Amino acid sequence: MLRIENLTVEVADKTVIRNLTLEVPKGEVHVLFGPNGSGKSTLIKTILGFSNYKVVKGKIYFKDRDITDMPINERIKLGIGVVFQNPPALRGVKLKDLLNNVLGQAKDDLGKFTKLLNLNHEFLERDLNVDFSGGEVKRSEILQLLVQRPDFALIDEPDSGVDVENLERIGKALSEYLTGGTGIIITHTGHILRYLNATKGHVMINGTIACSGNPLKILTQILHEGYGWCEKCLLIGKGEFH
Amino acid sequence: MNTSQGENVPTLNLKEFIRGVKKWTPCPLTKLPDDVAKRSLQVGIRPDEGDRSGTYFQMDDVPVFHGIKKGFEGKVEVGSMRQALQRHEWLKDYFWQLIDKSADEFTELAGRDWDDGYFVRILEGQKLTLPLQACLFVATDRFNQNVHNVIVAEPGSDAQIITGCTIHPSVSRGLHIGVTEIYVKRGARLTFTMIHNWAPEFDTRPRTAILVEEGATFVSNYICLSPVRSLQMFPAAHCVGEGARARFNSILYVKDGSYVDVGAKIVLDGKGSRGEIVSRVIATDSAQAYLRGLIVGRSEDSKGHIECRGLLLSNKASIHAIPRLDAEIRGVELTHEAAIGKIAKEQIEYLMARGLSEEEAEALLVRGFMDVSMFGLPAALNEEIRRIVESVSRAH
Repeated sequence: MLRIENLTVEVADKTVIRNLTLEVPKGEVHVLFGPNGSGKSTLIKTILGFSNYKVVKGKIYFKDRDITDMPINERIKLGIGVVFQNPPALRGVKLKDLLNNVLGQAKDDLGKFTKLLNLNHEFLERDLNVDFSGGEVKRSEILQLLVQRPDFALIDEPDSGVDVENLERIGKALSEYLTGGTGIIITHTGHILRYLNATKGHVMINGTIACSGNPLKILTQILHEGYGWCEKCLLIGKGEFH
Repeated sequence: MNTSQGENVPTLNLKEFIRGVKKWTPCPLTKLPDDVAKRSLQVGIRPDEGDRSGTYFQMDDVPVFHGIKKGFEGKVEVGSMRQALQRHEWLKDYFWQLIDKSADEFTELAGRDWDDGYFVRILEGQKLTLPLQACLFVATDRFNQNVHNVIVAEPGSDAQIITGCTIHPSVSRGLHIGVTEIYVKRGARLTFTMIHNWAPEFDTRPRTAILVEEGATFVSNYICLSPVRSLQMFPAAHCVGEGARARFNSILYVKDGSYVDVGAKIVLDGKGSRGEIVSRVIATDSAQAYLRGLIVGRSEDSKGHIECRGLLLSNKASIHAIPRLDAEIRGVELTHEAAIGKIAKEQIEYLMARGLSEEEAEALLVRGFMDVSMFGLPAALNEEIRRIVESVSRAH
């Protein structure tokens, strides 16, 4: 469904992603691990087509169409959705206003989703991401994803800055949505993996994929040995971890 | 009080405008021509008088209608200023008292060639549950309309007034001068909402002064979202009593070649008095916007704040925020914040990542920028202003 070939990306004239190749077939959920600054969020914003992320080499294909130079909203129309890690605060724009404006295949289920995420009606009247707590930011982002119900989800750190109770809600909401679904999840801590089944894991180091394999095994290894282990792996060549 | 401040404001050749136009005959609001009714609706005036406690309607130089809705008689007086001056001997002590007739050429003109205006008096202790409305309508091209209004909110009263000033679709050039003197007496509360809708070759010079007594509150909301050749005003509120409060909110969408210089001045003369000036301005095309705020703290424990946010949508437009704070005694607390910029790319792209086009994203952010809920208005008025802002911003 999503195929990235030999992708090199520059941000402010600095190379952040180097020659990265990745394929996520339909029905698979892939997990991206990696230290801060390894290029995980950059990869997501490049897949979306954000203007500060310049593709200098390589191609991105979605549903067999070359989307490398496509405007952001056209990619969304093709079926890509996203949960941002740090969305901007939009003063005066209510969450409700945005939900009314987004492409939504599941708008009728809004009531069900707000209940699932424990969000009340007043929350929909608030200015988007203005004075939201960490948990509120994530739940608002996931609510938008659920309403949009895209064919492919890019989920950037749904478990960071979230307390235990909210983590469970977020985990259950994402699990329900992603079961049988397709997408990429970025996680630092791996907490979210307690709630959903991922097909494959990848470790990003220094702008490229250092190794790929069973996500839970990779997580265990990282938790034990840190990313230093992956860096070594990268020196040897592209790792395959089973 | 000086209500004329402003520099670089284009000078007007008063000879370009005409006086002595055809007189309208008084009639019920429902008998007004459709295009007049439609235009007045856009500035918050309900021709069906629905959800309003009283109405004043002036066409060019003739007050064509005034009336008080059933259930509000004996609580409020609404009518022609000229007639009110004949009826109430005491009213001369309120007429040209806060504003000096010789302040500038426009006040002089209004004093010399006076075209009536409205008189509103909310009686002592009366709380009006629905807003009053006043419409000042220019129906003849090139007409120079000079109105002079007086509002007296007697002690302990509570009311909202919506003033809509606009023109007939056939009017392209003209000059509106509105002198308004407002008295908010002890413990009274007055919310004064003024909505303007002019044309690219129309000039306007409102001159407004407000006296706010002990424990009284005055809130002004000013909204102008359509082009104007030039608009300059600097309303001044004098908080004389202990705990008096004044607040000026404005929302301006300045477009085409408009020249807009909108300020507000608050003098905090009462112990513990409060003043706030909050503005939102969007400038596009080759428009120029000046936002002035002046708060003078003269009494202990007084507090004032100026907040100005501007959004530039074009490289040819300009916004100038000019806040000024004068502290004249120890113990006053005056602050200001101003931020002017363009729409952040990050915000547009965030919305595009939900499927909105660039234009839709920008429109949503612009509407959000002009969100009126920050003004803290009563719910119904908030909703009404929001609707007006939305319908106008959608049309742009």
